[in-house]
Amino acid sequence: MSYFKIAWRNMQERALASSLTGLSMALGVALMVLVLVIHEVVVAQLSNDAQGYNFIVAGKGSPYEIVLTTVFHVGKPLYPIPWKYYQKFVDGEFAQFTDLAVPICLGDSYPTEDGQLFRVVGTTPDMFNELSYGADSQGNEKRYEFSSGRNFRQSHFFEAVIGSVAANRTGLKVGDRFQPSHGISVDGDKHDDFEVVGILAPTGTANDRALFVNVEGFLLGERHARAPKPGAKPEPPIVFADAPPGQRAALPFSQREVTSILVRCNPEEMMAPMQIDMGVNKGDDLTAQAVAPVSVVERLQASFLAPMRLILLVLTVMIVIVAGISILVSIYNSMSERSHDIAVMRALGASRNAVMAVILVESILLSILGGLAGLVLGHGVLALASPVVEYYTGVTVRAWSFTWQETLLVPGLVAFAALVGFLPALSAYRTDVAKTLGGAR
Amino acid sequence: MLVLENVRKAYIEPSGEPLPILDVERFEIAAGEQVVLRGRSGCGKTTLLNCIAGLTTADSGTIMVNGRDVTKLPEATRDRFRATYIGFVFQTFNLLPAFTALENVMLGMTFTGSKPDAVRAAQLLADVGLGHRLTHKPRALSVGEQQRVAVARALANRPVLLLADEPTANIDPAHQQHVIDLLRSACERENIAMLLVTHSPEVSQQFSRIEELEQVNRAARVA
Repeated sequence: MSYFKIAWRNMQERALASSLTGLSMALGVALMVLVLVIHEVVVAQLSNDAQGYNFIVAGKGSPYEIVLTTVFHVGKPLYPIPWKYYQKFVDGEFAQFTDLAVPICLGDSYPTEDGQLFRVVGTTPDMFNELSYGADSQGNEKRYEFSSGRNFRQSHFFEAVIGSVAANRTGLKVGDRFQPSHGISVDGDKHDDFEVVGILAPTGTANDRALFVNVEGFLLGERHARAPKPGAKPEPPIVFADAPPGQRAALPFSQREVTSILVRCNPEEMMAPMQIDMGVNKGDDLTAQAVAPVSVVERLQASFLAPMRLILLVLTVMIVIVAGISILVSIYNSMSERSHDIAVMRALGASRNAVMAVILVESILLSILGGLAGLVLGHGVLALASPVVEYYTGVTVRAWSFTWQETLLVPGLVAFAALVGFLPALSAYRTDVAKTLGGAR
Repeated sequence: MLVLENVRKAYIEPSGEPLPILDVERFEIAAGEQVVLRGRSGCGKTTLLNCIAGLTTADSGTIMVNGRDVTKLPEATRDRFRATYIGFVFQTFNLLPAFTALENVMLGMTFTGSKPDAVRAAQLLADVGLGHRLTHKPRALSVGEQQRVAVARALANRPVLLLADEPTANIDPAHQQHVIDLLRSACERENIAMLLVTHSPEVSQQFSRIEELEQVNRAARVA
C-alpha cells in the first residue's frame, strides 16, 4: 500500500477537517488566480487600446492625461489646439513622415435617462477604416468591424457609429438618432442630433464605450468653433462631392480646433518617428506635444499597476500562507489522536521516515487538492463574471486562459506543504511506540 | 529461533533512580514452538515483548531472532526486520480505523519492502472466517471480528515469530477459544514460533510450555 493511499485514507477518515482545510487553501489560491488573471487582462487591455498608431499629438499637459482622455476616454479633455496642427500631418511639414493622421475632438458626452454618461468623440471615417487595435494571438492586426450597419461617411456630417457596450447600455441601434450634450456632464446644452449608421463589433477596448460622430458635424456644434479673426479674408467653402442636399456648410479651417491627433508614421521613412518627435516636441512652437502612447502606457503600468499587483499578490500570498498554517494546525492538532495509529504502523514495521513521509504526503495532498480546487474556483468565478464584465466594460475576460505564474503554483504548493507539514511529520517521527501503545512494563 | 541472554532494561524514576524492569539471564523458544508467558501486572511482560520486537531497546544483553541480534541492528533495519519476521497481536487489536479489513491486513505487508499481496491478504481473512467482510472498516466489525483481522494481519508476512500480548483479554469467552485456535493452527501450519502473554488459566492450560515471568525475569522477583 503506497504512502499516497495511506495518507488519502487518513484524509478520508477526517473528511470534514480535511475538506475545510483544503477549502481555505482553495480560497487563497482562487484569490491569487483572480489577481493574476485580472492583472493580465488589464495590462493586455491597456496595451491593445494604445496600439495602431505611433503618436498622439495634443496640447501641452501631462502625457498621462493625453493618453487617458484620448485612448481610454476618461478624465477631463485637454485644451484643444488649432486645426493647423492636423493639417501639418495631412499636407504640411510632417506629411512626408505621416502614413495616417486621425483627428480626435473631445468634450461632448451622451447622457442616458438612467444617469449613465458616454463620451462622444468627433473623428473621421479613417478611425475605423484605416486604424487597427492590438493584434490577435497570431500577431495579425485586428481591424474594426461592424456588428450592424456601416462606418459613417466623411460627407455626411451628422452620421455616427457607436461602440458595442455603448450600444448595449444606451439601447441605441442603427437608424436611431441621438443628441450629444456639450461638456462631460448630464446637464450640458444639447447639440444637433446624429444618426446612428453603424454599431461596432466588440473590440475589448475603451472604444466600445464611446459614441463616434463625424468630426465635421462635431465641429459645427454650439461653442465648438473659434471666433473668426476680425478682418480675416473669407475662406473658400469646403466642398464634399456627395454631401446630402441641404446639409450645413463645413466649418472653415481657421475656426477649427482639435483635441488630439492620432499619428501613424510612414513606414517607408525610417526616421519618421524621430522627425515627428523632434519637430513637434523640440520645435519653436510649444503649443503642442507628441507623446508615444505605448511608452506612456508602459510607464502607467510600471508606475501604478505593477505596484498595485505586487500589493495584491503579497496579500494573496499571505492568505495562502495562512491557509498553509491552517493545514499545519489541522494536522498537528490531529497528531495526538493519531499518535496511536502511528505507533501501530511503527509496530507493524514502519520506519520513522515512513510515518514522517505519510504525514508529509498528507500535507502535500491537502495543499495540491486545495490548490487545484482554487485554480478551478478562480477561473470558474472569472467564467461566471466574464459576461457581466464584458457587458459593462467591453473587456473580454478569457476565463480559461492561464497565466504563466499559475504553472508555478503546483510546485510552489508542494514545497510549501512540505514546509508546513514538517512540524507534524516530526511529531510523527518522534512517536514513542512503546509508550503510545500503552503498557510501559 | 528466539534466544535472550542477559537482557536488562530499567526505567528511570522521576526521582532519577533507575527502576529495573527486565533482567533475563536466558530465555529461548525453538522454531514453531508455542509458549505461554504468565505473570502479574507490572512484572515486565509487555516490556519483554517490546524488547524482542525491537520497539524498545534493551539496556544490555542480546536478543537473537532468527539468527540476528535485534539489539545490534540500526533502527531502520530493525523496523524492516520486525515487519518481515515478527508478527504482533495486541490486546486492543490496534486496527487502523481509516482502513478496511483487507487494507489493515495489507498494511501489515506494506513495510517489508515488497509489494503487498492483496490475494494473500484476502485469503488470510477468509481463513479467519472474514472473507465476506473484506471492505468493512473496523467500526463496522464486532470485537471478535476485529481481533480476527488482527490475527490475519500478524500472519500476513509469514513471520518466524508471533508475539501475542493478551490477545483474548478484550473479547467474550465465546470468541476467546476461536481466536486461540486460529493463532495455534496458523502457527502450526506455517511453523511460526509463538510467545503468548495471558492471564487466562483457560488459555494457558492448552499450551504444553508455560513460563512464569517471575521465574524468567530476576527483576520481577526483586520487585
